[in-house]
Amino acid sequence: MSDAPLIRIRHLGKGYVRGEQAIPVLLDIDLDVARGDFVALMGPSGSGKSTLLNLVAGIDKPSSGTIEIDGVDIASLGERQLADWRAANVGFIFQFYNLMPVLTAFGNVELPLLLTSLSGRERRERVEAALALVGLTDRADHYPNELSGGQQQRVAIARAFVTDPVLIVADEPTGDLDRHTGEEVLGLLEQLVSTLGKTIVMVTHDPKAAARAHRVVHLEKGVLVDAAGMA
Amino acid sequence: MFLLRLLLKNAFRHRLRTSLTLVGLVVAVCAFGMLRTILEAWYAGVETSSSTRLITRSNISLTFALPLNYAQRIRGVEGVRTVSWANWFGGVYQTERNFFPQFAVDPVTYLALYPEYRLPDDQKQAFFRDRQGAVVGRKLAEKFGWKIGDQIPIRGTIYPGTWTFTLRGIWDGAEARTDESQLLFHWALINETLRQTMKRRADFVGVYVLGIDDPGNAAVISQRIDAVFANSVAETMTETEAAFQLSFVSMSETILVAIEAVSLIIIVIIMAVMANTMTMTARERLAEYATLKALGFPPGFVVRLLFGESLLIAAIGGAIGVAATLPLAAAFGKAVGTILPAFQVSPMTMSLQAGAALGVGLVAAAWPAWRMSRIDIVQGLRHVA
Repeated sequence: MSDAPLIRIRHLGKGYVRGEQAIPVLLDIDLDVARGDFVALMGPSGSGKSTLLNLVAGIDKPSSGTIEIDGVDIASLGERQLADWRAANVGFIFQFYNLMPVLTAFGNVELPLLLTSLSGRERRERVEAALALVGLTDRADHYPNELSGGQQQRVAIARAFVTDPVLIVADEPTGDLDRHTGEEVLGLLEQLVSTLGKTIVMVTHDPKAAARAHRVVHLEKGVLVDAAGMA
Repeated sequence: MFLLRLLLKNAFRHRLRTSLTLVGLVVAVCAFGMLRTILEAWYAGVETSSSTRLITRSNISLTFALPLNYAQRIRGVEGVRTVSWANWFGGVYQTERNFFPQFAVDPVTYLALYPEYRLPDDQKQAFFRDRQGAVVGRKLAEKFGWKIGDQIPIRGTIYPGTWTFTLRGIWDGAEARTDESQLLFHWALINETLRQTMKRRADFVGVYVLGIDDPGNAAVISQRIDAVFANSVAETMTETEAAFQLSFVSMSETILVAIEAVSLIIIVIIMAVMANTMTMTARERLAEYATLKALGFPPGFVVRLLFGESLLIAAIGGAIGVAATLPLAAAFGKAVGTILPAFQVSPMTMSLQAGAALGVGLVAAAWPAWRMSRIDIVQGLRHVA
């Protein structure tokens, strides 16, 4: 495995223009995240942590600076290339799970695999393995509305790693769960890092959730305030 | 396969909404089909007219009769093969509501000109022999339950008195759209009576029906005939049977244009309803489409989802609508009976119905598909929160 950081962010800036007013959200961010790291992004509301996560995930475009992930400057990719890059390299975990209500747990986990060249049998094997890892083998045929919040988030976690991405981004993954279920979900994320070697960047408000990460990065008013931010 | 599965599941996610949209679509497609069929039935006489038949009538008006002795002179015109004639009888069978056309004709020549009226030879000969005899189309006979040998009393309005005919034959149309709603009887019967009662009205015919050799010469033959009677007491106007029929249709042209406009308005209305449904659907699924795009699905996938769902609903609604039009048209045709004798849903109408349904599906999805393909992923994901 290379010693180079998986994520290398330099002079990253992001702002919006509303009417005639320019609103800066992120200012000159420099951040490295090593392979297999588990980073928590913390900060008050409006600090820019979700924006930073979106930029790292390739679902938003920076106003300035570079974001290199596994050697690829994703800021320079076009819409279509970025979509392909996300499909191959990023797994998503959302606060409200964002599962397709018309698909079963199996169907939801299989969804990102439909963008690969895997055969039906290979997809089935992968989905079964992912569901087994999150402990939902017996719920494969259940629809999201037949699952609890914690179970839905576990399905979302299985969907996030089933394609074997280098990076998993999680936006408040325990935000909609009770403490006990949240603990279980965090345990699963830790397991993804420790056993599968995944790199996770997680946004959270919860200091207890952040404490489970290897590293905590604080943002305030669009600026990194934690000197430990640089790896 | 996955896309199709997703389309089916999405289409019936809100069963009530989809069902109501389908009901609207079925009603619209049905109504469109029925109105088109009414239009076609109105024009049926024009479409089923023969290119080898000409009609000669008074140049002043159809209500003015022509002398019987014109027959001999018309027969002498180059290009004319057969000459027959007919008078509109306009009688009432039992009540005015039982309307059907009755014509006093010269039986032998008239039936020779209308080979599409398929009458068994024995019935034809029986009709020729019996001056009190009449023949009717199958639809008319079935409507009133008439059988061969039945007496049919008809109260005359143009020709006073009650005229009782003996049914000698029932014809079947050569095609589905051939008129089977008329009653034909001997012109000689009314002429003999007129000779005795109203001599002044005897030996006149309503129109001459002519058979010609070459449809390509119809215009020339028409001119030749009208030239023969130019500057006479009763000048003629000769035209093809299609033009003659069209002159009746054109009398109700405003109504026909209105019917056509309504049929199109119905489609536009259902298009708006369906577009509203698809827009609501798309807005509700904003976060799902954003999630799909975040996972790496291209914008085209979202477009296919929306167009596919819209077309699926339109196809189901259209298919049910077309299927429902057939029994509805049959029932309507039975109800209106002889007023619109050839009331049948044509393959062209069914194609138009299917095309309209699919058009509705395409147009309805266009705006939401365009919008959803361009949604910002971050904004879309925020829609959940």
